[in-house]
Amino acid sequence: MSEMLILPIVVPLLAGALLLVGAPRKLHWHRAISTGATVLMLIIAVRLLLHSGDGSVEAYLVGNWPAPFGIVLVLDRLAALMLLLTAILAAGALAYGMLGTDRTAPGFHALFMFQLLGLNGAFLTGDLFNLFVFFEILLLASYGLLLHGGGAARTRAGLHYVVINLVGSSLFLIALGLIYGVTGTLNMAHLTERLATLDASDVPLASAGALLLLVVFGLKAAILPLHFWLPHAYGNASAPVAALFAIMTKVGVYAIVRVFELVFGYGDGPLADVAGPWLLPAALLTLAVGTIGVVTSRDLRKMVGYLIIVSVGMLLVGIGLGTETGLTGALYYLIHTTLVTSGLFLLADVIARGRPQGSRIVVGPRPPDSALIGVLFLVGAIAIAGMPPLSGLIGKLLILSAAQTSAWAVWIWGTILGSSLFVLVGLTRAGSSLFWQGDPVSSHSRGALHILPAALLLSASPLLVAFGGTVSGFAEATALQALNGTAYVEAVLGLSPTVPGIPQVTLP
Amino acid sequence: MFLVWIILLPLLGAALSPLAAQRGRGVAAWSAGSASGLALALTLWQALPLTADSEAHISWSWIPQLGLNLSLRLDGLALLFVILVLAIGLLVILYAHYYLPKSDRLGRFYALLLLFQTAMLGIVLSDNLLLLLLFWELTSLSSFLLIAYHPHSSEARKGARTSLIVTAAGGLALMAGLLLLGHIAGSFELSTVLASGDRVREHELYFPTLLLILLGAFTKSAQFPLHFWLPKAMAAPTPVSAYLHSATMVKAGVFLLARLFPVLAETEAWFYLVGGVGLTTLLFGAYTALFKHDLKGLLAYSTISHLGLITLLFGLGTPLGAVAGLFHVVNHAIFKASLFMAAGIIDHETGTRDMRRINGLWKYMPYTATLAMVAAAAMAGVPLLNGFLSKEMFFAETVHHEWLGALDWLLPTAATLAGVFSVAYSVRFIHDVFFNGEPINLPRSPREPGHRIRIPVEVLVALCIVVGVMPGQTVRGLLDAAVTGVLGEVPYYSLALWHGFSLPMLMSLVALTGGVVVYVLRYQLFKLHDRWLPRVSSEDLFYRFSRGILRLARRFMQSFDNRSLQRYLAWLIAVAAITAAAPLTNGVILHGGADLMPIDGVSLAAALILAVAAIATVRMRHQRITALIMTSLVGLIVTLTFVHFSAPDLALTQLSVEVVTTILLLLVLYFLPGGERLEISPLRRVRDLLLAGSSGLVVALLAFGVMTRSHTPISEFFLENAKPLGGGSNVVNVILVDFRGFDTLGEITVLAIAAAGIFMLLRGLHLPLPEHGFGRRQWAVDVHPLIMAAVSRPLLPLALLVSLFLLLRGHNAPGGGFIAGLVAGTALILQHLASGLQWTQQRMKRRYFTLIGGGVLLASATGLASLLFGRPFLTSAVLHLELPLIGEVELASAMAFDIGVFLTVVGTVILILENLGRLSTQQSAQPPTEPEEMR
Repeated sequence: MSEMLILPIVVPLLAGALLLVGAPRKLHWHRAISTGATVLMLIIAVRLLLHSGDGSVEAYLVGNWPAPFGIVLVLDRLAALMLLLTAILAAGALAYGMLGTDRTAPGFHALFMFQLLGLNGAFLTGDLFNLFVFFEILLLASYGLLLHGGGAARTRAGLHYVVINLVGSSLFLIALGLIYGVTGTLNMAHLTERLATLDASDVPLASAGALLLLVVFGLKAAILPLHFWLPHAYGNASAPVAALFAIMTKVGVYAIVRVFELVFGYGDGPLADVAGPWLLPAALLTLAVGTIGVVTSRDLRKMVGYLIIVSVGMLLVGIGLGTETGLTGALYYLIHTTLVTSGLFLLADVIARGRPQGSRIVVGPRPPDSALIGVLFLVGAIAIAGMPPLSGLIGKLLILSAAQTSAWAVWIWGTILGSSLFVLVGLTRAGSSLFWQGDPVSSHSRGALHILPAALLLSASPLLVAFGGTVSGFAEATALQALNGTAYVEAVLGLSPTVPGIPQVTLP
Repeated sequence: MFLVWIILLPLLGAALSPLAAQRGRGVAAWSAGSASGLALALTLWQALPLTADSEAHISWSWIPQLGLNLSLRLDGLALLFVILVLAIGLLVILYAHYYLPKSDRLGRFYALLLLFQTAMLGIVLSDNLLLLLLFWELTSLSSFLLIAYHPHSSEARKGARTSLIVTAAGGLALMAGLLLLGHIAGSFELSTVLASGDRVREHELYFPTLLLILLGAFTKSAQFPLHFWLPKAMAAPTPVSAYLHSATMVKAGVFLLARLFPVLAETEAWFYLVGGVGLTTLLFGAYTALFKHDLKGLLAYSTISHLGLITLLFGLGTPLGAVAGLFHVVNHAIFKASLFMAAGIIDHETGTRDMRRINGLWKYMPYTATLAMVAAAAMAGVPLLNGFLSKEMFFAETVHHEWLGALDWLLPTAATLAGVFSVAYSVRFIHDVFFNGEPINLPRSPREPGHRIRIPVEVLVALCIVVGVMPGQTVRGLLDAAVTGVLGEVPYYSLALWHGFSLPMLMSLVALTGGVVVYVLRYQLFKLHDRWLPRVSSEDLFYRFSRGILRLARRFMQSFDNRSLQRYLAWLIAVAAITAAAPLTNGVILHGGADLMPIDGVSLAAALILAVAAIATVRMRHQRITALIMTSLVGLIVTLTFVHFSAPDLALTQLSVEVVTTILLLLVLYFLPGGERLEISPLRRVRDLLLAGSSGLVVALLAFGVMTRSHTPISEFFLENAKPLGGGSNVVNVILVDFRGFDTLGEITVLAIAAAGIFMLLRGLHLPLPEHGFGRRQWAVDVHPLIMAAVSRPLLPLALLVSLFLLLRGHNAPGGGFIAGLVAGTALILQHLASGLQWTQQRMKRRYFTLIGGGVLLASATGLASLLFGRPFLTSAVLHLELPLIGEVELASAMAFDIGVFLTVVGTVILILENLGRLSTQQSAQPPTEPEEMR
């Protein structure tokens, strides 16, 4: 089974490189390759998720070098979950992209594949420096995807995104330098060992490195006050790109869980609680400001951008609690919010294309197929606002009940509940302007095909409720595995190369 | 199992409604009606007779992590509400079919109505607090859609939004309350929670729990001061009002009070909160109703007042209070539903609901008038009608209550006063509408409506009379069952019409006569009311508050996110500096113990140059070329530092990167608009100085700390094993292409992505060519100087040879694919610069993406090849080939990998250069139709 671990990386890598080589070919050739690769990734992700379901952790020694000297890929429940989410988003975004976006953007498919390569790699790698490399890959690809198509607003937002992330990458390197300088390793499993025996006088330096990492991951996750890039970048990105980017903030969240819960939090290491004092206050601030952003948004896409920030706040509350129940809630919420916000981005584009006012939240003619789109918007709004009977409520309840025993309980409850209310207000206002006040439809229907990807992504929400027991059971098991990294560390450090040394092949 | 069907049948009906509506309105009504009807029949068939120990109960585990189970339970209390919800729902479905305009296909209407019904049934049947909450919020949502049934009316939209916001806010409070309650009780199963009343009441969190739950109940049941959504919701079509505000939505709050009565009641807090709010609402609603000229407005405030009455009854906390409360729930549902329906008919026939214009309808529609008058009389509490009975019980309870001590007289007095107003507005409803002269200026001439629309009203009015005359034979059984559901037993109570002369009787009399008197004096009262009562209402406050919040939020957002990149970066750097400095605050010894190297002159000079160059870059940012030179200086010093510390590979890389980036930057700077000086405010200067200084200091301290520490890094392994296991004596290169070849593969992919991204960005971009250079300098006339061209051309083969040399020897000596690629790239750039884009392009195949993609593919292919030999991805191998003549040849797979790196680097460098160059050499005459490599 473990040989499958390389596939989520090799498939998009080869597809992307092929797409570059075959750049002059016709569009349908490009479409065929990226569709094929995406379907393949979806199948692989499902297989890997099923495999990780039994609780085993698989490691893969790239280059046949033993950890910690070579680079190691690791598959546990958390990684498998993130891979599957990525593949699902990719399928939805690609389907939507092939309805028109890719015509105007040469290289869309190649960049899309590289984006997936970066994401998959970041979720699988067990090495901090390799994580940096995959961060670079996904960032570079996202720069290209974000900026393509041009336009003043998009270029401006894109430029901000690029510059901010360049600073972020530099900070990442400084952080890695500090951690390597003190521990002498960047292999995550090996770090747990080295940290356990860390000299007390080295702890402050390691902590500084760890906290810088938190800043970097926080920047990616759009935690306050590092969130500025997100609403503008996502609000101006083309729809399939924004839909795929719904997972980008989750990469930051994932990295926080992986590094701060599993690696630094392993055992009773000296860095076990290094992020603790920062996470909850930042989470609540993120929730509050994200909510204000939702309420004040005058543009639907930007509103969805702020909804992502709100959901990041929710996730961080769950993670910041540092308990198994908190992480369970956060993981359930992560599945929910990733799929729903992605669907909402696509839906916002469908709405914007059907009105002369675009995605601005002002009264205007209703979009074509407004009955169907309206119902979908309602579903998405209910889900993301955390109203019954959809998945947002379940996630919110899980996090709220996990927060009950926290010292911060009153603050957490107050902020989350207040945020829920104001998000609801904002969404109601938007929905009312978009669907209730305008004249009947002006332009002709664009067909149900455009609605389908959004509908499929949003349909995840009722499914997450219907199979709520299974999903939260998986989330709970994943949380347990992440909080107790023994299986992870043993899988990585216990694995030895198949045949040591260089294989010598002699051909006659 | 039938419990599930009670909920599922209406839900199925909701799903089928749009389909049924396509076959006609009648079909829609039939399908909706049969959904409710079947559910009602099922309930009656399965649940009657219901005794205390024949409760139906089912439970499935749903989300155990949350304690959310799919548990349903039908006890007496639930039964009472299920029957109310379904029966009145059935009548409303019938009524709506005749009431709503023929043009409405009714599919959406019945779907929403049945969805709402499902949610209501869910609330009353839930045996799990979280399940109840789920259905609770669902009623808020579906009622929102019902109220906004005609969304093009702004009143309907506003009403719907107000009701959603208020009830959803209550729902959130309830969410918190129920979570706390479940936490205290140790389970969310209602059966468990109901059994742990003492534990809950003694818990330290009892008061917040109570407060939050009550907030939920009060918003739903429109208790003062959160009542204002209810009158606003009157913008809904009348059948919706008749349903929501008689038997369902508003009764959900009351149901919750009843359901949790055994757990939460019988404390002082409960009495003062529930009783106090109930009493205030009762008086306020009754008083306000009198002054409403809108027919539905009057009914709305009367509803608020009656809900206050029921809340007050539960608030008293006595068993008989609960009995009276439940009884009044039934009575109010019956007469209020019929009154709303009658009001709808009047609205329908006259075209208005203004009681100042609708007068004397008795002459035009005597039959409807009779029905409405009976119902209104029931509302007023006239004997022989159902309203009288529960009102008598209410008066009796207020008299017998002894919580307030010396103020005990207050409760009966207030109750009587409320009774007076209640009678007054009922009389107004009757007299103003049906008598009091002639109609004034009606849009339509009223007449008796069709027979069928009256059926639901007739049924309800008949119930008013039957219950009013024979309470014992009609509702007693159901009421007993419901009371058992709340109290666990049935206290002694009497439903007799006549209890002899008593204080409650007297209060009823006072209320009846007082009400008539007040009605007679109404015009004086209207004047006084207009003159003396402050205009401020909780509704105004609510809107002003929400507008204010929105304004404040907008202002905050504008000042917080001013769309300035400098601001964003300042936050990022500040946060990074603060978090990184935080662990250093308490007495850390930074010096790790290693001996410091002696400071020599050369190092000191290099450091000084670095510092000066860095500062100069900032100072000279307006003279961009100079600033660029300064940054190159930094790069060169870094290169020298690498040389100094014996890192030739790094030095070579740094040097070639430095060259390439400087050229590319020059090309980019060419396009930037002229170097105007922007004024920077002193405040920002100080901010930036502080940020730069402190973050630089923090990083310097950290670097010092790290460099003075000795540790055992894993790099020892690389040093030892590069030759024996990696087959190369250049450790850096072996790390790059073998130990961590995966990272390198990633990095060349980054280059490839950058190339693709830059190509996409610059494609079709046309920038205005600057007319003159920096400082208004003229461009050189000789674009491609002859000498430069002459020198560069013979240099090319040499440079390429060097590059090849670097590539081949890389595994064992300084060099490698990356450096070789940069050298080759630089050589090719030189040709572009010296001879121009066109000249070079004519002599070079421009398939860059083949080069770039091919490089990545080649590198990946060497990785994949190892899979064929059963080794992990990127396992390096040495291939021994026995070639004729030459003999044995050793080919390391790492070499192929390095060639891949080389190809990608060359391709990327040239692609970027050429695309930037193309921008600067396009002639205005030439149409922008460059052949494109990518589609």
